[in-house]
Amino acid sequence: MKFMRLIWVNLLRNKRRTILTVLSVAVALFLFTTLRSVVTALDAVSEVGSEARLITRSATGITFPLPQSYFERLRAQEGVQSVSWANWFGGIYVNESNFFAQLAIDHETYLAMYPEMAIPDDQRQAFLNERTAVLVGRGLMERFGWTLDQNVTLQGTIFPGDWEFTIRAVYVPDDPSFGDQLFFFHYDYLYEGVNGNIIPGWYVIQLDDPAAAPAAIDRIDRMFENSSSPTKTETEKAFNAGFVTMWGNIGFLVKAIGTAVFFAILLVAANTMMMAGRERIGENAVLKTLGFQDGLLFRLVLAESLLITLLGGALGVFGSKLMFGPGNPVNSFIQGFEVEWSTVILGLVIATLLGMISGIVPAWQAMRLPVIQALRRVA
Amino acid sequence: MKIPILYNLRSLKERPVSTLTTAAGMALVVAVFVAMMALANGFRSALVKSGSPNNAMVLRKGANAEMYSGIARSTASTIAGMPFVARGPDNQPLSSPEVFVVIGADRLTGGMANLVVRGVSPKAMQVRQDLEIVAGRDLRSGASEVLVGEKIVDRFANTGIGETMSFGGRDWTVVGHFSARGAAFESEIWAENEQVMPVFRGEVFQSVTFRMADPASFDGVKQQLEEDPRLFLDVFRENEFYQNQSVILTFILNFIAVFIAGVMAIGAVFGAINTMYAAVSSRAPEIAVLLTLGFKPGNVLSSFLIEAVFIALIGGAMGCILTLPINGLVTSTTNWNSFSEVAFAFRVTPALLLTGMIFAAIMGFLGGFFPALKAARQPVIVALRQG
Repeated sequence: MKFMRLIWVNLLRNKRRTILTVLSVAVALFLFTTLRSVVTALDAVSEVGSEARLITRSATGITFPLPQSYFERLRAQEGVQSVSWANWFGGIYVNESNFFAQLAIDHETYLAMYPEMAIPDDQRQAFLNERTAVLVGRGLMERFGWTLDQNVTLQGTIFPGDWEFTIRAVYVPDDPSFGDQLFFFHYDYLYEGVNGNIIPGWYVIQLDDPAAAPAAIDRIDRMFENSSSPTKTETEKAFNAGFVTMWGNIGFLVKAIGTAVFFAILLVAANTMMMAGRERIGENAVLKTLGFQDGLLFRLVLAESLLITLLGGALGVFGSKLMFGPGNPVNSFIQGFEVEWSTVILGLVIATLLGMISGIVPAWQAMRLPVIQALRRVA
Repeated sequence: MKIPILYNLRSLKERPVSTLTTAAGMALVVAVFVAMMALANGFRSALVKSGSPNNAMVLRKGANAEMYSGIARSTASTIAGMPFVARGPDNQPLSSPEVFVVIGADRLTGGMANLVVRGVSPKAMQVRQDLEIVAGRDLRSGASEVLVGEKIVDRFANTGIGETMSFGGRDWTVVGHFSARGAAFESEIWAENEQVMPVFRGEVFQSVTFRMADPASFDGVKQQLEEDPRLFLDVFRENEFYQNQSVILTFILNFIAVFIAGVMAIGAVFGAINTMYAAVSSRAPEIAVLLTLGFKPGNVLSSFLIEAVFIALIGGAMGCILTLPINGLVTSTTNWNSFSEVAFAFRVTPALLLTGMIFAAIMGFLGGFFPALKAARQPVIVALRQG
């Protein structure tokens, strides 16, 4: 575009204003991409669960356990490949603010069911062989500066007392949304510690074929319908999605804030373009006298506005992409928190939109400028 | 001598579009800030209001939440018999041993939630004075009946009076709705403890809440109960117990409010700087005249600063007005300490609005400072020549 230089010179005529406007667009887009990443991360958590695995929990509520006898009955079901179970431990590490999830698992069956966790073979064996061993996510190891073979003590809340563990294995999830902040240990250890006074919290069922899930869910829940512990079975994916909804309507909150950010910055950008337009009335009149067509002037002003918002947008969007790349510290609060490429693209689209809208009025004014009157002002 | 403020007001009227766009930008920033703080405020207030400083709450030692606790019937009787427990007009101890369970439920608006079912003693309403039955009647002892907290009525199925809720393998008739002045109890379902106990966890209470005969002696009460080796208990002041549950989420919400509003404010301040610089340069001759007339550069500086702050305050007021409709709007989240739904209302308080206005004024000050400085340092001759 041969007019690029003209646009550039126009931008530089008031450097301070251009820079401030670019920066305010940048912070707005930074905020936007960061907020949207919270939503995409939560959505990813809702999506991460397998559809070939089912979670069977008590129909009364998640905190109610299920009889041990269900294990065999679930295993005998048609289409069921394997069954495992887990319990929420709810221990405190040093103090309450160090929250992370600890699960007591039926270790052999559970690990076999979760190929998502990559564990070195020797560590896997070490974890399986030792009663007090724990398997810890890499993120959690980093968060507390733990090392392999270190002893960790948790203070029980549901199960009173101090519980001693030894870290024997570290897993790396194949998908960040799976989470690398989990702490797994042997159900047997818990069982012994409470003198057998415990039953499974929930069951995990691996199906041969995910397509059979709806039928299997129906069959399982009907089987226990009239027992003392009726069940509620869902695919793991639906179960995870349900958990995310417990936070409340985060999606709406983020959308509302995002809209406010958009309009706030639109006002700033539009104001800048209008100021620039006002200053340049005389020049535009001269350009027109020189033979610049109305349409060309319109496009020139619009291009200038687009250049400002796109510069700012790129700065903000890529800034947050750099800052919140894989493995950023926010991950320990929100699993898989990362600025996705789709968010980057959306951010740039929004920056374009900002530029179009804020440039349209001054561009229109430049196009419709009555040359004679404008020139009179110059003189 | 001060430059009259009227001068600034007239100047603003001269360029209404840029004044208004700048103010509107700030309005949105203030609105987001106030709305987010109102959310944090509402959540905190729901939990802070739950519980009275006159009550003590007893859990099993080490159980940091009611859900994890377990208290034997004999322990509950021992506590009720203690001399520091207040007594009602009938000379019965004002003590409520309670069963606490969390049941799964679906919000009518979509999404999964967990609701607290609290099995209470007939004394519970006397122990907690802020509770009031707003519709229907109180529970009848021995009946399979429930009271439903005001905040979950209409948000969950079968919560109307006369309707039947099913949980714990039994049907429960809703006989009344209760309010608790916005406290988290309003998100709970209450039934008689002796009815709830057998269908859920068997012969065990989760907590005992009692009124202290002398609230000032709490430390002594706590010491006496916690040091008794037969009992194995932790004792909390009831209001502090709930307040602690609000700390983490309130901190997160406040942090988010400050982070988002802070980042937005940077953008808005840059916008204000642009506007004010434009104002200063277009009024260079005027400023020169003012200086020639004998106004001190300091007067010019403060005059422009006042103008910038004034624009920001218009924005701040607009932003505050924008947030007024959300006051009282009910939303909900999960209290992860109790693993249960807590519904609460956005709370836009006068103090919060004032904070919003101060926030706006700061933005105006930051946005106006350098342009005002430029105005004050304007070389008179050069500026006059421009005119």
